Amino acid sequence: GPLSAQPLMDVKLGELPAWLTTCNFSPLRLLGGVQKAWSSYYDKYINVKRGGPAGISMLLAGYCLLSYGWNYQHIKCHRWRKYH
Amino acid sequence: MNLSFFDQFMSPCFMGIPLTLLSMLLPTLLIPAPNNRWVSNRLSAIQLWFLNTTTKQLMSPLNKKAHKWALILTSLMMMLLAINLLGLLPYTFTPTTQLSMNMALAFPLWLATLLTGLRNQPSISLGHLLPEGTPTLLIPALILIETTSLLIRPLALGVRLTANLTAGHLLIQLISTATMALLPIMPVVSALTATILFLLTILEIAVAMIQAYVFVLLLSLYLQENI
Repeated sequence: GPLSAQPLMDVKLGELPAWLTTCNFSPLRLLGGVQKAWSSYYDKYINVKRGGPAGISMLLAGYCLLSYGWNYQHIKCHRWRKYH
Repeated sequence: MNLSFFDQFMSPCFMGIPLTLLSMLLPTLLIPAPNNRWVSNRLSAIQLWFLNTTTKQLMSPLNKKAHKWALILTSLMMMLLAINLLGLLPYTFTPTTQLSMNMALAFPLWLATLLTGLRNQPSISLGHLLPEGTPTLLIPALILIETTSLLIRPLALGVRLTANLTAGHLLIQLISTATMALLPIMPVVSALTATILFLLTILEIAVAMIQAYVFVLLLSLYLQENI
């Protein structure tokens, strides 16, 4: 329908669950989506003629946050320990 | 910040997916393939310059047959460099602190150089076991010593990389714990420890780069003897 035809950036926040039900989650399409997301990020921030440190720094900051989230179950246990 | 000193030896998993996978795939994003424009982006320009310089440096003592190894050695060095440097960021996981990964890199490559030498030029390869000009009485002892040093090379390669990175991370954890613990008690000593921590971080960045280069340099030296 018209909802599934819209790309992700045009979908409104309230319509997001409905949009998610319309697209099919095959691994190949997911991989294609990841590839597309990375190319858009790369072409916007890194693959420019006069780029600066910002493109890579945002990527590395995101990587640090992702690693924190990956370890969260373990880090959570340390929160209320009195002696480390 | 890992709050227990044993945490750096842990290999974290989230919903069954180990963090090692993410840490080893990230360098592929950081080393982009060059596009076919005349002026590409600055990241590609810097990396291309760096790759050209180090490949020339690494491959110049090798003969023409050994230049076939240029691709694997250079890509190995870029991967180790990226993994080591990324491990210095907070909360990240460094796959090269795990002995299993470093042995998996060192052992097959060393074995490949050894088998290349033994297959194509066996007498020259075996001749490396006895340095020129040794006194006759020392020959048996020296052959045993050289054989031992030959067989211990993969172990040394793997353990060197592991130990350097693990020790560096451990030192950073210890000194930062000391800094945080001293901050409410003796702020001046804490400032001194913070200076030491800053210098140590610079050292760790250098060590990360040097260890990657040394790994590949030693492999190229072993190749040089055997090809």
